Amino acid sequence: MKLPLSWVYDYTDLGDITPKEYADALTMSGSKVEGVEKQGEDIQNVMVGRIIKKEKHPNADTLWVCQVDFGSEQVQIITGAQNINEGDLVPCARHGAKLPGGITIKSGKLRGEVSNGMMCSHQELGLALEDIEGACENGILIFQKDYPLGTDVKEILGLNDSVIEFEITSNRPDCLSVIGLARESAATFGKPFNLKAPAVKGADGDVNDYVKVTVKDSALCPRYVARAVKNIKIATSPKWMRDRLESCGVRAINNIVDITNYVMLEYGQPMHAFDKNFLRGGEIIVRRAENGEEFKTLDGEERKLNNSMLVIADAEGPVAVAGVMGGENSEIRDDTTEMIFESALFNGPSVRLTAKALGMRTESSARFEKGLDAENCLNAINRACELVEELGAGEVVGGIIDIYPSKKEKRILPLEVDKTNAFLGTDISRDFMIKALRSLDFEVDEATNKIAVPTFRDDVESFADVAEEIARIYGYNEIESTLLRGRVTTGGRNKAQLVEEKICDTLCALGYYETKTYAFTHPASLKKLGREDELEKCIKISNPLGEENSIMRNNLLHSTLEVLALNYKQRTAQARLFEIGKVYIPHSLPLAELPDEIKYLSIGAYGNCDFYTLKGAVEDLFDALGIEDYAFEAAEERSFHPGKTALIKIGKNTAGVIGETHPDIAENYEIDTDVYLAEIKLADIFDGMDSEKKYKKLNRFPCVTRDIALLVDVSVPAATVLAAIKKYAGKSLEDIQLFDVYQGKQIPEGKKSMAYSATFRAEGRTLNESDITKIMDKLIMMLKKDLGAELR
Amino acid sequence: MKEKLAQIREQAISALKGASDLRTLEDAKVKFLGKKGELTAVLRGMGALTPEERPVIGQLANEVRNAVEELYANTKTALSENAKAAKLQSEKIDVTMPGARRNIAKRHPLSQVLREVSDIFLGMGFEIAEGPDIELDYYNFEALNIPKNHPARDTQDTFYITDNILLRTQTSPVQVRVMEKKKPPIKIIAPGMVFRSDAVDATHSPVFHQIEGLVVDKGVTMGDLKGTLETFVKKLYGEDVRVRFRPHHFPFTEPSAEVDISCFVCGGKGCSVCKGEGWIEILGAGMVHPKVLSGCGIDPDEYSGFAFGVGLERIVMRKFGIDDLRLFYENDIRFLKQF
Repeated sequence: MKLPLSWVYDYTDLGDITPKEYADALTMSGSKVEGVEKQGEDIQNVMVGRIIKKEKHPNADTLWVCQVDFGSEQVQIITGAQNINEGDLVPCARHGAKLPGGITIKSGKLRGEVSNGMMCSHQELGLALEDIEGACENGILIFQKDYPLGTDVKEILGLNDSVIEFEITSNRPDCLSVIGLARESAATFGKPFNLKAPAVKGADGDVNDYVKVTVKDSALCPRYVARAVKNIKIATSPKWMRDRLESCGVRAINNIVDITNYVMLEYGQPMHAFDKNFLRGGEIIVRRAENGEEFKTLDGEERKLNNSMLVIADAEGPVAVAGVMGGENSEIRDDTTEMIFESALFNGPSVRLTAKALGMRTESSARFEKGLDAENCLNAINRACELVEELGAGEVVGGIIDIYPSKKEKRILPLEVDKTNAFLGTDISRDFMIKALRSLDFEVDEATNKIAVPTFRDDVESFADVAEEIARIYGYNEIESTLLRGRVTTGGRNKAQLVEEKICDTLCALGYYETKTYAFTHPASLKKLGREDELEKCIKISNPLGEENSIMRNNLLHSTLEVLALNYKQRTAQARLFEIGKVYIPHSLPLAELPDEIKYLSIGAYGNCDFYTLKGAVEDLFDALGIEDYAFEAAEERSFHPGKTALIKIGKNTAGVIGETHPDIAENYEIDTDVYLAEIKLADIFDGMDSEKKYKKLNRFPCVTRDIALLVDVSVPAATVLAAIKKYAGKSLEDIQLFDVYQGKQIPEGKKSMAYSATFRAEGRTLNESDITKIMDKLIMMLKKDLGAELR
Repeated sequence: MKEKLAQIREQAISALKGASDLRTLEDAKVKFLGKKGELTAVLRGMGALTPEERPVIGQLANEVRNAVEELYANTKTALSENAKAAKLQSEKIDVTMPGARRNIAKRHPLSQVLREVSDIFLGMGFEIAEGPDIELDYYNFEALNIPKNHPARDTQDTFYITDNILLRTQTSPVQVRVMEKKKPPIKIIAPGMVFRSDAVDATHSPVFHQIEGLVVDKGVTMGDLKGTLETFVKKLYGEDVRVRFRPHHFPFTEPSAEVDISCFVCGGKGCSVCKGEGWIEILGAGMVHPKVLSGCGIDPDEYSGFAFGVGLERIVMRKFGIDDLRLFYENDIRFLKQF
């Protein structure tokens, strides 16, 4: 909402304040100022001067050399204008002056004579002929009033105004008006607010002879007020009105249309004017549209209406979409002589839905949809009629049609001084509260402690709303800041949150960067992963911005691959990444209840790594988290390399998958190197954590280390060999590490050599050579028996 | 004999002094003091001396021996020190060569700042609450005093799954879920992802993060709201920052406020970052609307509370001087590395 500051002064005298002071104060009392724009910034250094001498230019027949008095000094200015005379008061652009259109005036010589400026015509000041007395078609503007010499022309042209732009919140439709903001301004500065009821002289005749109004749906139209105007003379509005409209961003059209817009801005009440002679049957019927009814709005568009929309119709069909836009058929024309003003209240949600359905949000609909005040309709239409008379635009016919079946009553709330102070944490006096409320047009009955809420404040419904009114006039920043008292809460992260933090910190320490990606994705992502068939099980967004974000993801792999792909494309040599994110799994489709949102950990890597790099990271993570009961089992999974993939088991749960991305999938993401991925369900990680850690006594006896190299079939998994060693090496085996696997020269075909380093330590004694030999002999025998392993 | 000893002494001293390394020194020692050494030979010849001569020569021989041994020991220490010093000198490395690094990675900048923000509130006794991303209309709007067709819905362009199920547009629904389940005192923050139908550009994203806060107890005041948020802001931005509370409107709080901090670029004088205002808006807050409390089964006559919401991306962008929201979700490692 844009507001010329001078308009506020029509209703309250704020005294001598700067636009900045005004903006700051209003912002702090709840009407946020978004910007301040000064008018007339494009006119600089143009002032009133008197021509005291006029002589012919020695070298040019059509030019005049004038001496101009500005009070403090006299300068010579040359002009080609023929309408000036000695003694005239004229606007002069001095050296360095700026004029509309980006023109700068400088001193110079004209045909050998010095000219220290330029006398201006009305056009050069951006004015129309009728805007100012003394303007003429082909000549300099000659002021008809006696202004002091040296006066800045902006003062004369009324261009010293500032336009304040407000951000009005949706609960304050009353502030989408000059009067509403003037009321706020007066309350903010503690000044009187002067709102006068408009005075209409009226002419003869009766509005009922001009139009018959029927409201068929009073739920959607709680009040409809109409007045008639005759003997209309369509003309351009006066400059002051056009200036104010333009300051507010409204284009001036003609006096009648401008009046409706002016009143909308001033009172916040959208108005409409119908050409009476185009109201077929002399009737206005407020009714719901018929399904399929067609109608051409003012903007020339053909609109298809339906039964949920309210229209203003005449005997034959719609003439306006109620509260949204009028029709071409009854609009005010240059030859309009009689018209009907409409000032009505339409149901907000209905206007909102209609405007949305028709795709036409207007200044009018934007106001109605926030909920306007039925009590405002009459004042607004009278103000419009007052302006018609003031502008001489026509004669207001007697009588008012006012269909208002249930009058809006003021809401009554109690004034609760102590409760308010307890709620705000303040010690505001009762007197201050009453004064603050009254400054906002609340009525306060001091005897009964009752507050009557003004009808334009539908947002004030309860105690807390009243407290806010008091608090904002008192000043939020005057409220003393305190720290929470009362019962102590322990607070802190819960176990799952702590584990998540630990996972992230551990993976970062292992060199994996944390990433964040969108929870929704492209349906084609499933195709890229080779999982097209899962698409039908994904949750779809009914109104996506585009296809790329139209389904909720059911896996994290795609997100991780996309991030890897982006980094690969940027030629980052290696990437180590992870994300903890949710996947969304519906119970049934279409969704009847909320789906499961399951948190997964996804890890991805490419460059300078292999399967074991990623597996090592996962094992290190499990170690950090105290997960001991886990295993990797070879598996074939979709999107993965069939020979380089494992399921991750934690306890009995299949917690996830790890492996190299299938080359076809990597190709889909345009990554031309091996890519490794893991996806693990967070809940299974939590389940697998050993929360109870117990100290194991340190064994102080010396240890013995033995290396053994075994020859086993290539197909025997390392995990099997390890399990067998652990099983047969006895209690004194403290640690066993695989340090080499070898196939090739000196190793028989189909076999592999696996070299282990085993550490033994016995409880309570030192192991001797014969102990070790016994253990090793048994171990080797059993490995041979179970696995066919040979000592190498 | 005497002359012989004097001669040995001179020769030995000269040999020891002349030794430039440990080996030459040892050789010299052996030559004079060894089993077959010259001094030893002299001492062996003592038997041939007269009883009168013996003690005199013996004493003299011992003096020579002691002197030579002492010189040997001193020379050896000096040579050893020199040798050690030379060895250390020869081992000198270029300490400006790069270290063998583990390449520790970083948390996402959003997570880093979220942790910082969370820790401030956790220190004040808050817990962290979570809620679903896919939410019922009831929790996202209705229960927050935003009925169907409320104009406030226009400002939050919503992604719908069905008429009744949507992607949450704010973290505020978590407030409602917590109040339904928990009895006061309630002190929670609820960080999370939210969704709005905004096309992607440098300052808009259909996905972003909010941090919701909620306190409900007996006797919670607007002064407490101010005090809590001022504490938060000063811990995050430093003690010198100034804070102001400005009336605003949110359907689920009353009174409502927006909180501005003095611009950290110009300190409040006005610059391009704060658009000349000297203030930067960082969060929205207010006293929990009585309708919201009673809708969750909490008696607004007995309890009161406050709520607030912070946009995480905005804080992070300002903290690190990031000018494009898209960077957060691209996850270019060259970006992630910087924080």
